[in-house]
Amino acid sequence: MNVSALTPSELKLRLKTAGIYLQTGSFTTHLKTTIPSVAEGIGLLYADYPLVEQDCFADFHVNLTRPRNLRRWFKPQALFLFDGNTIFKPLPLDQAFPMLEWGLNWCVSTHVNHCLMIHAAVVEKGGFAAIMPAPPGSGKSTLCAALVNRGWRLLSDELALIRVSDGKLIPLPRPVSLKNESIEIIRRYEPNAIFSRKVADTIKGTVAHMKAPADSIARAAEAVQVAWVIFPKYQAGATACLETLPQSRAFMRVADNSFNYSLLGLQGFKAMTKLIDASLCYDFTYSKLDDAIEIFGALKPQAANNNHMYANEL
Amino acid sequence: MIPNYLILQALREPEALISLSLLDWDLLIRQARRANLLARICLLLDERSLLEQVPPKPRQHLEWSRVISEKHIQAVHWEITQIRKALEKVGVPVVLLKGAAYVMAKLPSAKGRLFSDIDIIVPKDSLSVVEAALMLHGWAATHHDAYDQRYYRTWMHELPPMRHIKRKTVIDVHHAILPETAALHPDSAKLLAAAQLLDGYDDVKIFAPADMVLHSAVHLFHNDQLDQGLRDLVDIDSLLRHFSKLPTFWTDLSVRAHELGLMRPLFYALRYAVHFLNTPVPSGMMEAIQNGRPNPLTLFFTDQLFERALLPAHKSCSDWLTGTARQILYVRATWLRMPSLLLARHLFHKAFISPKPE
Repeated sequence: MNVSALTPSELKLRLKTAGIYLQTGSFTTHLKTTIPSVAEGIGLLYADYPLVEQDCFADFHVNLTRPRNLRRWFKPQALFLFDGNTIFKPLPLDQAFPMLEWGLNWCVSTHVNHCLMIHAAVVEKGGFAAIMPAPPGSGKSTLCAALVNRGWRLLSDELALIRVSDGKLIPLPRPVSLKNESIEIIRRYEPNAIFSRKVADTIKGTVAHMKAPADSIARAAEAVQVAWVIFPKYQAGATACLETLPQSRAFMRVADNSFNYSLLGLQGFKAMTKLIDASLCYDFTYSKLDDAIEIFGALKPQAANNNHMYANEL
Repeated sequence: MIPNYLILQALREPEALISLSLLDWDLLIRQARRANLLARICLLLDERSLLEQVPPKPRQHLEWSRVISEKHIQAVHWEITQIRKALEKVGVPVVLLKGAAYVMAKLPSAKGRLFSDIDIIVPKDSLSVVEAALMLHGWAATHHDAYDQRYYRTWMHELPPMRHIKRKTVIDVHHAILPETAALHPDSAKLLAAAQLLDGYDDVKIFAPADMVLHSAVHLFHNDQLDQGLRDLVDIDSLLRHFSKLPTFWTDLSVRAHELGLMRPLFYALRYAVHFLNTPVPSGMMEAIQNGRPNPLTLFFTDQLFERALLPAHKSCSDWLTGTARQILYVRATWLRMPSLLLARHLFHKAFISPKPE
């Protein structure tokens, strides 16, 4: 059963009382909230996600609530609770849905240590994944949103999860987070895309989330081989340019964007080596999304024979 | 009586965990995570070769936490190498306390134990050379407020915590195990004199077994923060089980508690270790430390408080009195640290004079 099987009022009631057991990628989140904007956001952007049977094992127990302080009468706030514990400082009530998204990212990025976790968008085509690690502001989410509206499968907008045991990437397709001008750019680029309400004045500026394509959600259990590591950079007026990056540089830059590279120690080093060895690495500068789509469409995975050379030595 | 919470069952009898339902696992993982004991439960199962029998979902959570604890052990070794290097020329042996001691001595209490600071103890008259040497090697004082400096340097049993400017690691340099202002005054010279060299080192020491247990007890029952209370009780349980293999351990322990005036904290430590974790304590032991037993009325109230506050701060382990119990124990701990007039002055300063964070 998917979230869409519940009517908006049923969903709201369920979220308020027992909560829902929401399946995103390989994780189950037990989610409760009394905040109407969060219930609406879930009804809109999570409609195609499976609901797991009630009262099963949940990886994360999350509650979005309103703190019971004096402020609730004049400047209401929202609070993200992880199994009853406050993780972040409260935010204005208006930002409750983005806060849920950030909180769910936190749940994964602070726990999931059987994976090497990289702060990156990930898309797939023809059985191969492209990881796009980048600091905020480089346009990775915009590019990711454009690609998934042009036939690429969304694996994640925020977290590349590379299983340490076999080097495969585990999908975690969730709504794509867009900021400021990017929201209108993608709206114009794909008028059929579904967006959550814009929220202004967050720590990241104005944010809105775009619904993940239904097909990406349906295929969330299919782990993928990574073929490319691409560092995107939006530069106004630039001609699209894909530039080969030495593996050594790519290694260090991916490590810089990793949440748990250092925590995983030797395992992390091995997983990273395997990843970089199997991938073609590029710097990618662009200004027009159509050019980017064309260049990504022409990407070819590295010839299979030297993939395993280094991996076996380790 | 303490209800039979899953987390306590898990610590007492890890073998029984393999029959848990998924729903029980859900709750156990949450209680254990809140108590900072998830990695320990993973290791307890693993050393019994039972980890494979845990259903995949909860097993994954256990293994996630194991990754953190493995990295932690490595980081502690590295940090202690750095501390030894910094103190090489000072000529004072580093005596490790608590978590750092358990890890370096490879004691069972180190299994899956996570902690944020390294604690060491040095003679009081070496404090300034130790502080200077650490500063030369990159540790900088925290708490720059003049009042806080005075609070630590005049009244407390440690320097203000020092943080390494590059690694951001924190070291607490102690000269005693209780504040100068506390009513109980275990003699640091005696503790240091009995400290033993760590196997394989000539510049790192740890407390003697009985002293280690007593320090752990003092730490738990004089602490104002009990959110790690169960973890600290697990330390005590684990130390007692481990050291009880030593032929004279229990006699040493009661003799030493008399000598250092730590009968009361030891009484509580044994009482609650037995209540919560079924720690095997020889029958004569409780009689041997009867002096530490409070009067029946006090004991009744203390039981009410600790039987609540030592549980994980999770809603499944709380009742309507838990919050109050934690608050009362906070006040109790602060009161044990300072005479009442000084305490009133301290709280007044903290409330009205100290600058507020933010």
